[in-house]
Amino acid sequence: MESLLSLGKRKPRKNGLQRKRRVGAWNMTLDEEDEELMRSYSGNKIRTTKYTFLSFVPKNLFEQLHRFANVYFVFLSALNFVPIVNAFQPEISLIPIVLVMSVTAVKDMWEDYRRRKSDWQVNGQLCEVYDRTQQRYVKRRWAEVCVGDLVLLGCNDIIPADMVLLHSSDPKGVCHIETANLDGETNLKQRQVVRDLPQQGPDFNPENFSSRIECENPNNDLRRFRGYMEHPGKVRVGLHNDNLLLRSCTVRNTERVIGIVVYAGHETKAMQNNSGPRYKRSKLERRLNVDVLWSVALLFLMCFSTAVGHGIWLRGLKGAVFLIPDDISPALAGFYMFWTMIIVLQVLIPISLYVSIEIVKLGQIYFIQNDLDLYNPRLDAGIQCRALNITEDLGQIQYLFSDKTGTLTENRMLFRRCTVAGVEYPHHENAQSLEQYEEQFGGAADHTLTLRSRSSRKSVSCRSLSCNHSSVSLNTLAAESDSNSFDDTLHRQAQGAFSSTMECAVVPDPQLGQKLKVLSAPLLGRLKHDATELSHIVDFFLALAVCNTVVVSSPSQPRHVVQMPVARTPLRSLEEMKALLQKVSLPRFALSPSQNSDGSPGFTKRLFNRGRSATYTPNAPTTPAARAPTPSLTPTHTPSPCSTPVLLRSGAWGQEEEQPRQSDADDGPAAEEEEKDDSDEEDKLLYEAESPDEAALVQAARAYGCTLLGRSPEQLLVALPGTGPLSVPLLHVLPFHSARKRMSVVVRHPLTGQVVVYTKGADSVIMELVGRKTSDDQREIMEKTQRHLDDYAKEGLRTLCIAKRVLEEGEYEDWLKRHVFAEASIENREELLRETAQMLETKLTLLGATGIVDRLQEDVPETIEALQRAGIKVWVLTGDKQETAVNIACACKLLRPTDQLLTLNCDIKEDCETLLSELLEQIGVSERRHASGCEDGLAVGDRGGFMLVIDGRTLDFALEAELQGAFLELTGSCRSVICCRSTPLQKSKVVRLVGEKLGVMTLAIGDGANDVSMIQVADVGIGISGQEGMQAVMSSDFAISRFKHLRKLLLVHGHWCYTRLANMILYFFYKNVMYVNLLFWYQFFCGFSGSTMTNSWVLIFFNLLFTSVPPLMYGVFDKNVSAQTLLSLPQLYKHGQNSKAYLPSTFWLTILDAFYQSLVCFFIPYFAYAGSDIGLFSFGSPINGSALLIILLHQIIESRTLTWLHFAVFLCSALLYYIFVLVFSIICVTCNHPTNPYGIETKVMSEPLYYCVCAVTTVLALLPRMLCRGLYNTLCPSDVVKAGLIDKLRPEDYSASVCQWQENSEAIYHNQNPRHLDKNLSVNADIPTDCTPETGSVLS
Amino acid sequence: MMASSYNAKEEDGHHSGASGPGSSTVKSRKPDNTAFKQQRLPAWQPILTAGTVLPAFFVIGLIFIPIGIGLYVTSNNIKEFEIDYTGIDMSSPCFNCSQSFSWNSSVPCKCSLAFSLDQPFESNVFMYYGLSNFYQNHRRYVKSRDDSQLNGDSFSLTNPSKECEPYRTSENKPIAPCGAIANSLFNDTLELFYIDPNGTRTPIPLIKKGIAWWTDKHVKFRNPGGNNSNLTAIFQGTSKPVNWRKPVYELDTDPENNGFINEDFIVWMRTAALPTFRKLYRIIQKKNNMTPTLPRGNYTLEVTYNYPVRSFEGRKRMILSTISWMGGKNPFLGIAYITVGSVCFFLGVVLLIIHHKYGNRNNSSDIPN
Repeated sequence: MESLLSLGKRKPRKNGLQRKRRVGAWNMTLDEEDEELMRSYSGNKIRTTKYTFLSFVPKNLFEQLHRFANVYFVFLSALNFVPIVNAFQPEISLIPIVLVMSVTAVKDMWEDYRRRKSDWQVNGQLCEVYDRTQQRYVKRRWAEVCVGDLVLLGCNDIIPADMVLLHSSDPKGVCHIETANLDGETNLKQRQVVRDLPQQGPDFNPENFSSRIECENPNNDLRRFRGYMEHPGKVRVGLHNDNLLLRSCTVRNTERVIGIVVYAGHETKAMQNNSGPRYKRSKLERRLNVDVLWSVALLFLMCFSTAVGHGIWLRGLKGAVFLIPDDISPALAGFYMFWTMIIVLQVLIPISLYVSIEIVKLGQIYFIQNDLDLYNPRLDAGIQCRALNITEDLGQIQYLFSDKTGTLTENRMLFRRCTVAGVEYPHHENAQSLEQYEEQFGGAADHTLTLRSRSSRKSVSCRSLSCNHSSVSLNTLAAESDSNSFDDTLHRQAQGAFSSTMECAVVPDPQLGQKLKVLSAPLLGRLKHDATELSHIVDFFLALAVCNTVVVSSPSQPRHVVQMPVARTPLRSLEEMKALLQKVSLPRFALSPSQNSDGSPGFTKRLFNRGRSATYTPNAPTTPAARAPTPSLTPTHTPSPCSTPVLLRSGAWGQEEEQPRQSDADDGPAAEEEEKDDSDEEDKLLYEAESPDEAALVQAARAYGCTLLGRSPEQLLVALPGTGPLSVPLLHVLPFHSARKRMSVVVRHPLTGQVVVYTKGADSVIMELVGRKTSDDQREIMEKTQRHLDDYAKEGLRTLCIAKRVLEEGEYEDWLKRHVFAEASIENREELLRETAQMLETKLTLLGATGIVDRLQEDVPETIEALQRAGIKVWVLTGDKQETAVNIACACKLLRPTDQLLTLNCDIKEDCETLLSELLEQIGVSERRHASGCEDGLAVGDRGGFMLVIDGRTLDFALEAELQGAFLELTGSCRSVICCRSTPLQKSKVVRLVGEKLGVMTLAIGDGANDVSMIQVADVGIGISGQEGMQAVMSSDFAISRFKHLRKLLLVHGHWCYTRLANMILYFFYKNVMYVNLLFWYQFFCGFSGSTMTNSWVLIFFNLLFTSVPPLMYGVFDKNVSAQTLLSLPQLYKHGQNSKAYLPSTFWLTILDAFYQSLVCFFIPYFAYAGSDIGLFSFGSPINGSALLIILLHQIIESRTLTWLHFAVFLCSALLYYIFVLVFSIICVTCNHPTNPYGIETKVMSEPLYYCVCAVTTVLALLPRMLCRGLYNTLCPSDVVKAGLIDKLRPEDYSASVCQWQENSEAIYHNQNPRHLDKNLSVNADIPTDCTPETGSVLS
Repeated sequence: MMASSYNAKEEDGHHSGASGPGSSTVKSRKPDNTAFKQQRLPAWQPILTAGTVLPAFFVIGLIFIPIGIGLYVTSNNIKEFEIDYTGIDMSSPCFNCSQSFSWNSSVPCKCSLAFSLDQPFESNVFMYYGLSNFYQNHRRYVKSRDDSQLNGDSFSLTNPSKECEPYRTSENKPIAPCGAIANSLFNDTLELFYIDPNGTRTPIPLIKKGIAWWTDKHVKFRNPGGNNSNLTAIFQGTSKPVNWRKPVYELDTDPENNGFINEDFIVWMRTAALPTFRKLYRIIQKKNNMTPTLPRGNYTLEVTYNYPVRSFEGRKRMILSTISWMGGKNPFLGIAYITVGSVCFFLGVVLLIIHHKYGNRNNSSDIPN
């Protein structure tokens, strides 16, 4: 990112003055001014490296000196060059800082080298660019492409730069691109050639292209592109996102594409969006920094006491022989001594600690990424660690905020049931086939066992799919359960993200089927009284089939749009249907509020308009009589009774006929067979949708014969029951927007020819839009539908409402003008478009609603339970309805049967306030009752048993400053919280509030773009690479593919990483304090003169080389408890959560121990050599030797895992030290002037006294720690120690012990929540209060 | 495929099809199932409990106590005699000498102290001089020398290191040997006389060779000019250290012990670690197996008192000692070993009791508290 920024700064900013960028093709038509302007735009060569060969040294140095620690050590080194205070030779004191900085530099260089290599690879790719001089397309490297170039691309080519599409071999001027490289979405997106290009047709001559493009300056918004193209005739055509081909996407399904480059290189949207790895500061590191400051304080204290000591010592001495005569007063000498001591004792501040931590974290990430358990064979993806420096935060999570859809659930939608015109169609067969599947395959996949006791009617429990497509879907399902073979993986991958096999498993409801069947049956007249309903039903399914952005393709031609078949001549029945629909459409028209308000002038206008635009449908003039509420026979055009039976062999329809006859008989396979035969052809259709529920709905519509056959920008090919393929002119698509919460399409109805708006959206929104001024009929339908919607939500279904609006031609024309204006405008196109969309989406007629099942991911309940046992509070933040959310919570064991549900719903702030205090009081009461009820004191501190549900609006109040406190207090007493109907902003606000006010570690996990803000706010953000693209992953710190991976990630890796790092840091502090204190004690015997008894090389290298690798091993490899035990005993996680391994007290104990050890390590040699003829550096030799032994053995005592690697490293460290000092003392005769080591070590080590001293020193220094560890672990072992002890048992004892522990904690766990005393705690009456395992659903 | 292409991009650090179409799909991203990568390396898991620690304590106790006893006995067998000749007390024979102090007094002040040895010294006897409160380990003192000069480097002879300041030059001539250490060379002369029971004074032969480290004498310290024995010529143009009475080439008459390779000088130049120290002065060699090196009886120590210590309240001593394999007399180490050993043994017993009382409870049930 920094590199990008800096690059951005380097770019010439000539075009900064004018806010727009102008682009034309490089040919004769370009004038010089433009040419110059275009040359100023950045080229397509990309450079993501930070450094060049020349700039590496200064730039890297500059960057490293931004770190405080490095500055400190540079300062120390500089201090050492001041003669009056220097302690060592100046060169020697440079070693540590140079070493540390060069290690970092090498790391940076290596990273940069990798970037350079990949840059080189990217820049070297070839593409065909039009060459003006050769007048043909020539191959050029990507790096040489520049703005204004015309680039020719073939199928499956990667787009080298952002280009405006000028030509496509597709006759409709369409091109498909796959944006998986950019956002991970595997579906195809359509791009369109710029409208009104002078050169249309199959040939495109670059020489003649003379249009100018003016567009906005580069930005990072992938979904927005604004500009216009000025054709030679001064005609301006608006450009938008649909015309832009984005860099690094892939061209699909189109033979030849020509585009003009508008943004190149770093100005492309792909590059602008690319932010490098993220850096967060972990909690442990913040703690560490505090302790580093303590070390600094300690250092100052020690230096100060030395300085004072030196002053006093000097005062008593005058003219001693050993004093170098100078004129410095004792006080001044003491002052100088202070600085000298800072140099001498500098090691106290762990200089290499920061580098070591970085290295250790890299090692930890290496192991996390290599964990087989976090690998998902289906996606062939393991975990991605995007943030490199917060591994240990994984072990300290206290609050987990989870998105629901796609995170807890699969986000793999299945049509479950629907309601049309106020009539509910329960689709029992759907449920039955679910059950069937579960019986058949539930046993095989062991994880379904947990839910089998529940009724399969409870939709959320269906971890398996309805499936009456035998082989293919079963394979796919097997692939789902992770126990798949490689073939399945391949199969799955070949199919793309949304294959039809999964979603097509909809068994039509017999009742609905029968009703719909009427359409194709000859007996239209008999059902006249149901005509309204029937038209509703047809409209409903037509809306399902049409109102979406699904791309149709077939497996034989993957990713290839099914070409529009030539429309067959309409069957005879079609005419009849048209007639019928026209007939029934009239009364409904009359009912529509628009009619009521319009009055007669509108009527004539409408008539006129219709007459003009309705091209192929004979239209019926409406009369005021049509206002009659009952469907009467007012139309002038009377349908001719149909006598010929319809000969339609639509597969789905054939099945339809079969189904009712079977009724409840469970002979599915026969039907499957038949269906398979029948629908062979149609099965080839694959639907690829942006959101999974769209695909599910299209599949559902298809099951009822409303099949979407193909799609082009202008029209849709749809087969209705009883008709062949019909072409439906697609006038507009108003895409989904999170603010509007709906999408609409404007089509010309294939049968009636009217302009119809079909809207599909969240129930709350649609109901509001429908709600105003409706007739009784509509109101009744609405009421019924609302009831059904509530039922659906209780079942945990996702609900969508379908509505329509018939536009009158005049209205449509009016609107069209506005819309065209909005589309062409550059400035605030989005707002204008949204406005026009809102204009259209009013006065809707409710058609019905659908319920879609979203299955839970595998092992979600287990994972959540484990996390809760681990002491993590799990909050679910979802945009779903309250009932749905509660139900999902129930299904994933977030809400247990014994739990009390607290609901917080209110419309005004005052209510919210009173409610909060009321709930708090009630909790207090039951808490007290509980406390008095259980005398044994078990789990008193641990609250639980309450669950808070809060909706979006109330959440807004609760997040306000005045109510925050009460809200947090309330949530504090609840075991979990569900926030439903929450917006992305609210999600992030909640996470921030909890994180900041409670000072806890938060983790947010989500999969969609709406979770991005939450993920970024949380201490640890986890993205799930799922169905909804990669936006969440891109902003996350860690990306996993399944929710269940969270369990091992937190409980095992988090625990390990935290313990390892915490122990390593403590060890580092210990090591430094212990070693530096040796020098400090010596000051008392050298007149506080800053003298050292150690060779300065050894002094510098001791921390930097001899004892630096073992702590790294410790930090990367140590395992205090095995993964298996950590998983089966989640409560061990609390160790890290409560920061047990690194408390302030632990730090000070460690420092205390370090002091003790250094005392022993100094004074035993001191007394052993006191009064003898020992030389200065000979005295240091046994001290260093035993210090090394103590430091290494200390680590062995502290380690919980010692592999051969550890021993190898220990041995190497010790050997390195001895080899170094021995060689140094043999070869260094005159070198290293004041502290010449010649002959010292060899002489000292040849004396037995050396070994005697080392042995007793080492033993005595380590004695207390060994004793304390032994006693502590025996008398009051911590859980972690106990778990470690269990690990060492034999397998049979092991499982028995684990079971016993689990049982014990189980008892405690359940004892914590014995309060199902007051059931009526819920304040809001219409919200369920209980959740029983029998039904798994929530009862009111 | 989606994930893999995404990953390739992730590693590259930018969005692009760097991996090219199809190249990334071949290799599975499944991690290797090796013991190392899955963190399943066979490991020793030391958890210190009473049960596991107590053998170590017993073993340490059992090893340390005998060693301690051995060390203690050895130390006790060493005979040592020490006499302070600073002359602080009025009664001391050296009182007068200590009062009249001058580095460069032409007339040496002599005093003699009588002492008697209660026990004979059987083996070789090492004669030390000891100084107290003399900070040879002072940072600036330690640095004030030039090893190159002492190693015979002719350039350094005339251009001593800056570290020697302010003892680098005197009278515009470079000082050889330069620096504060050399300047403060201990220059008392000690002589030992045995007083026969019949009153005759027998001088005891004191050997002044072999008191420095072999490496120092033969490698580290060398006279400039190689084998040229005319030291006077070589040191021409240099000045003697300020406090010295004689130049460096007149330290001894023996050319093998003169100049920089004078062993008294070498011994002095190896700075002591602690402010109270002793330095080897002479060796009294054992004559034969029949007679002790130093028999019981009365002795006289004749001191040529040159070295002033009063300014820093120092003390001067003369020490006679035999040595063992562990050096001089020092009972501390033996006591330390015995103490640590006994403590370990005692703790071992305590741990044994604890282990019996609580250790089994742990293994049988693990009820978290």
